[in-house]
Amino acid sequence: MTADSKPKTVLYRVLRFEPEGSSNPRWQEYTIPYTSGLTVLDGLWVIKEGVDPSLVWRSSCRMGICGSCGMFINGLPRLSCNTQISELGSSTVEVAPLPNFDILRDLVPDLGPMFDHHQALSPFILRPDREELEKPTAEYYQSSAEMERYLQFSYCIKCASCIAACPTVATDPVYSGPMPLAQAQRYNTDTRDDGFDIRKLALRGPQGPWRCHFAGECSRVCPKGVDPAKAIQLLRRDLVADYLRLRRPTPPAAVVEKPDDIARRPDIPEAPPATV
Amino acid sequence: MQDQKLWTWHLAAGLVILVLLGLHMAIMHLDAALGIFNPSGGHPIDWANVVARGQTLFFSVTYVLLLGVALFHGLYGLRNILLELAPGPGLKTAISWLLIITGVALFVLGTWAAWKAHQVALGGVLV
Repeated sequence: MTADSKPKTVLYRVLRFEPEGSSNPRWQEYTIPYTSGLTVLDGLWVIKEGVDPSLVWRSSCRMGICGSCGMFINGLPRLSCNTQISELGSSTVEVAPLPNFDILRDLVPDLGPMFDHHQALSPFILRPDREELEKPTAEYYQSSAEMERYLQFSYCIKCASCIAACPTVATDPVYSGPMPLAQAQRYNTDTRDDGFDIRKLALRGPQGPWRCHFAGECSRVCPKGVDPAKAIQLLRRDLVADYLRLRRPTPPAAVVEKPDDIARRPDIPEAPPATV
Repeated sequence: MQDQKLWTWHLAAGLVILVLLGLHMAIMHLDAALGIFNPSGGHPIDWANVVARGQTLFFSVTYVLLLGVALFHGLYGLRNILLELAPGPGLKTAISWLLIITGVALFVLGTWAAWKAHQVALGGVLV
């Protein structure tokens, strides 16, 4: 669709599901006026505010950060706030809830199973010095190069697009799926973390990365440019190396001691007091 | 543990297959250059050449080794493919056991055949 051929109206085909009514989801059509810069989410608001207030979905930030508005739009999982109508190349917008999840209502998927898998893989820093972790006295040392080993995986916003695109998740409810596995790898790779052996307890079984056959769809649809398929391969590599006892465990990064012999430059003001 | 272990062995078996299958292909198709494995000349699968190879312990052992790793690698791969069809827990267990029994049976049969072939090559009588 070029700038000259923008449609005057957009046809929305929305998959509706009311759990208390008919047991089958049904398609419902709405026609709304097209305005320049209209996103799929904007269009849903136009429908809700002017046509059908019963339409339900999840959304929050409207700027591709919160990960709430993942939907199945014209055959691909995408963030509806991040998807312009003009980039779809069609004046018909087909919106359905993300596949591979049960539907709670209309466009709202039940993300519970995904977050159960996520939680089971301890997606946070695990290390023995709990006191320092809870009440930090200084920073843990980490170089830029060490940070870049996991940085891209930390851009994940848990929007579930990768889970919706994964053919293995579609057939195996035990498999953790791309997001939880990529987050496990993200924390395993973090030099401040010491939780590999704890995450391994879950990862070495059927919840782990073993059933991935590298379709790569998770990486293709990720709206944040994360590469979960790569994380899964790296996770496999580390777990195989661990089984073969080729993995060299390193102690988690230590706290950086504040040097004594430095002073604040007088022209740099003190930071304002903490507000929280 | 199970999947981490099985996957690692799957990879290791693949590497062994790469070497042994490479050796097999070299013997079968590079016989002009590798006449050492075909002492009687002619085609690599001529009876005299097969007997000559079968007399050596190296080939008898590698036949059995290749059979074992190929069965494990292939049947584990087949199991992964079958599990893509989303069988229930009971069927999943049944598939695993069926493949284990099939693999063990074929390995025993193949090992027996390799041992008999070794005996025949050494001048024994095929019974």
